Amino acid sequence: MSRYRVAIHIVPRRGLLDPQGKAVAGALHSLGFSGVRDVHVGRHVVIETEAESADAADRRAREMCERLLANPVTEDFEIAGVSEG
Amino acid sequence: MKFGIVTFPGSNCDYDAYHAVVDALGEEAAYLWHKSHDLEGADVVILPGGFSYGDYLRAGAIARFSPIMREVVAHAERGAPVLAICNGFQIACEAGLLPGALLRNQELKFSCQVVRLRVENTPSLFTGGYQAGQILRIPIAHGEGRFAADDATLDALDDAGRVAFRYVDASGDTTAAANPNGSARNIAGITSERGNVLGMMPHPERAVDPLLGSVDGLALFQSALARVGA
Repeated sequence: MSRYRVAIHIVPRRGLLDPQGKAVAGALHSLGFSGVRDVHVGRHVVIETEAESADAADRRAREMCERLLANPVTEDFEIAGVSEG
Repeated sequence: MKFGIVTFPGSNCDYDAYHAVVDALGEEAAYLWHKSHDLEGADVVILPGGFSYGDYLRAGAIARFSPIMREVVAHAERGAPVLAICNGFQIACEAGLLPGALLRNQELKFSCQVVRLRVENTPSLFTGGYQAGQILRIPIAHGEGRFAADDATLDALDDAGRVAFRYVDASGDTTAAANPNGSARNIAGITSERGNVLGMMPHPERAVDPLLGSVDGLALFQSALARVGA
């Protein structure tokens, strides 16, 4: 078993109204970032876990997302990275 | 009839629910600690409002794994009544007792006000005491009450008459202005397929006494009493 850090991004599902993202986009526009088309505000979760391999850590993290970390009705997730240590 | 009111760490409407059941309705109630595995013979389970687990991660996401939820789900699967109010509604959705999810209010603000609800579904266990189309005045107090589900789920809820309440204006119309949180199709409350689980963001337990400004919530508790028996 080794120790891994798994970084996870959880974002509101595309197509669902994201008022927080809209508010941030409005603020960015008012600061002059006129190229901003859309903003989605989500969560970044870092899990430190023991696992047999990086693949196993990735698989376990996906299961964690499906069962707890992300709401399957309204959110999407992606494993942003798995690193040893 | 006995009501079991679940107290999660962070519940804050459990006492209001107790007051509604014991003082206004005149029935028996017990607080059920979330770590218990015993519903203590409750005929009706209430998942009350509040901020269980500080709303960490998502409202209701962690409370659904509290030990007592296994018994609450089994109770619901037996067809027995569960009333899920506000944070309780969020927990019930997370637990899969009801479809959909409750998201951040469209205006990004905590909304605390008395709203008007139109009764959409009267055969359900908790709404039998109302007339179809009746307009109720019931308070809301939430920051994450925007009901969301995909179109197929919303159509299925509508087709099966499972929308219990919608937010409406004084004339009973489902306008955008009357929708306090941006809920899909102005939905304020829904029932499970068998009608025994009701989830709603508004607080009927805070509308059971003229001193509180409305008694329109009392009939909801009386409906359950009439159906389940004294």
